[in-house]
Amino acid sequence: MTLLEAILLTVITASTPLVIAAIGELVVERAGVVNLGVEGMMIMGAACGFAAAIMTGSTFIGVLAGVGAGVAMSLIFALLALGLAANQIASGLALTIFGLGLSGLVGASFIGAKREAMPKLDVPVLTDLPFVGPVVFGQDPFVYISVLLVVSVWWFLTRTRAGLVLRACGENHTSAHALGYRVLRIRLFAVMFGGGCAGLAGAYLSLAYTPFWSPGMTAGRGWIALAIVVFASWLPWRLLMGAYLFGGITILQLHAQGMGVRIPSQLLSALPYLVTIVALVVISRRRSGWNAAPGALGKPFSRDY
Amino acid sequence: MRLVIARRQDVPGWLKLVSPLYAIALTLLSGAAMFAALGVSPTTGLYTYFVSPLTDAWALQEVAVKATPLVLIAVGLSLCYLSDNWNIGAEGQLVIGAVFGAAVAVATHGAPNGPWVLPAMIVAGMVGGALFAMIPAILKTRFQANEILTSLMLVYVAELLLDWLVRGPWRDPHGFNFPQTVMFEPEAQMTRLMDVGRLNISAPLALLVVAVAAILLARTLKGFEIRVVGEAPRAARFAGWDPRTLTWTVFAISGALAGLAGVVEASGTLGQLQPNISPGYGFTAIIVAFLGRLNPIGCLAAAIFLAVTFIGGENAQIALRLPLDVTRVFQGMLLFYILACDAVIAFRFTIVRGDASGATA
Repeated sequence: MTLLEAILLTVITASTPLVIAAIGELVVERAGVVNLGVEGMMIMGAACGFAAAIMTGSTFIGVLAGVGAGVAMSLIFALLALGLAANQIASGLALTIFGLGLSGLVGASFIGAKREAMPKLDVPVLTDLPFVGPVVFGQDPFVYISVLLVVSVWWFLTRTRAGLVLRACGENHTSAHALGYRVLRIRLFAVMFGGGCAGLAGAYLSLAYTPFWSPGMTAGRGWIALAIVVFASWLPWRLLMGAYLFGGITILQLHAQGMGVRIPSQLLSALPYLVTIVALVVISRRRSGWNAAPGALGKPFSRDY
Repeated sequence: MRLVIARRQDVPGWLKLVSPLYAIALTLLSGAAMFAALGVSPTTGLYTYFVSPLTDAWALQEVAVKATPLVLIAVGLSLCYLSDNWNIGAEGQLVIGAVFGAAVAVATHGAPNGPWVLPAMIVAGMVGGALFAMIPAILKTRFQANEILTSLMLVYVAELLLDWLVRGPWRDPHGFNFPQTVMFEPEAQMTRLMDVGRLNISAPLALLVVAVAAILLARTLKGFEIRVVGEAPRAARFAGWDPRTLTWTVFAISGALAGLAGVVEASGTLGQLQPNISPGYGFTAIIVAFLGRLNPIGCLAAAIFLAVTFIGGENAQIALRLPLDVTRVFQGMLLFYILACDAVIAFRFTIVRGDASGATA
């Protein structure tokens, strides 16, 4: 295996959780809701997914548990931010703090447990092709699911009526309400989808990426996913590109550390966060003038009683 | 009979005061359920968390030691949140404040110095925290970059910088290779107030900050400006106030206060720098700010309450073998309930006699 091939393979696995979590949050934000609890939902997905997989011995049930945990967490957020029209930023922060704590409780008895990482796809002949084989046909199922998710979300948002309605709720909830659409119900579904994706991304971390549980293992990936949504200007294809860019930087700094580059390892570890800041600045500056964010983003909607 | 829910025109003041108490009561109830689920007697659990930290003089001092950084940071964050500036990177500003303060202590180590060292550390820490907080503020006003994300990313950067310093250039050469700086000289440590215990001059300093902030908000034009910009940005523009200058001001103040909290931790509580100098004060202070209704005096009460949960969590870890994560779960639940109660009090619930058509008149 060449070095380039090895790097490419690790970039794909590092980017996949970012793609999954970010595409979920993209749908949430296109519906006009900001859920800053991605990190909390993701780590709950990682903890519950791993716990369920160890207890049942089934990776599939682990994945389901991870998704379920993410959805359950998102329902708490929905109750506050949609049901009670509470401040979305504070509600999301609460969800992250709560999730980081609860995941520690759930995972406490599974620290040190090990299991096999999810097997990678192995298609006869195709996977054995030089270079293209392992990269395109030799990934774990999550990688294909993540790309499928991006394609489906793109198709849903731009090619279906339901997607148009969802975007209408995000751009101007008063008008959408006046047209007779159930703004809160549509936003609830979007928030649940975001929760499920964050949970799935978490399950990927603890079941395939590093097949064990350690507290705080999401290490800010949920926040980077939020940044990727802004970076992508709320567009699915650009999101895919952005997630791979960030995954690539994570891996490059790891390889640089491994090769003993004479730079403090902490500086290299800080790179993904610094690049996130620079990317936010560049993308926000270029757009000043016209704002790509959904019009009603972060504004609570309540029917006047 | 039917339940009628109506939005209140004006929420009465007493209701705003009791709503955090409702939130605390609901947190205690959920906590009891959580303890039962963890196999611990709910009464023992709640006693350990919320009463045992108040039962002896040593623990009371520790409550004050933990409440000090919380209230310092929360007062600054309240100014930010009131004016619709979302600084959630206080943890990073705390770390940078500690680093700037420690730079003075490390540079003057081993030489005879006067009583100027500690004040210099405090000033350096506040300047460091403020400068670090200005990064997201300027990125927000100059480039419209989302301050929530930039301030949070900088937390990771600050923690890595601290990690590099204590493992690299600032590592104590006689410290058996432990990642920590030298113990600061006595003149670089906050003066202790009691013969035993860690209570030091930072606690009265925090009270002073609360008093100044309360007066600033309630009695000065700047305080009025902060509140108007947050609640009615259009009105603020008509008044000729520049939201950008205000963003810089509140970020600088909150960064300076978080930096001060960092100096308090490094110089008062620990006496040196280590890779981890804060158990997440910068994040817990967000909850303190909301529980305290974004009001400096409210923040003081809220900081004491959350400090109790920190000590209670440590006690529970020792006495009941519960993981420290329980504290975080409590804190997260508390913030949920605060937000829920604040939303609920905006509505009036009345039971109206009569049929569903409401034709009682």
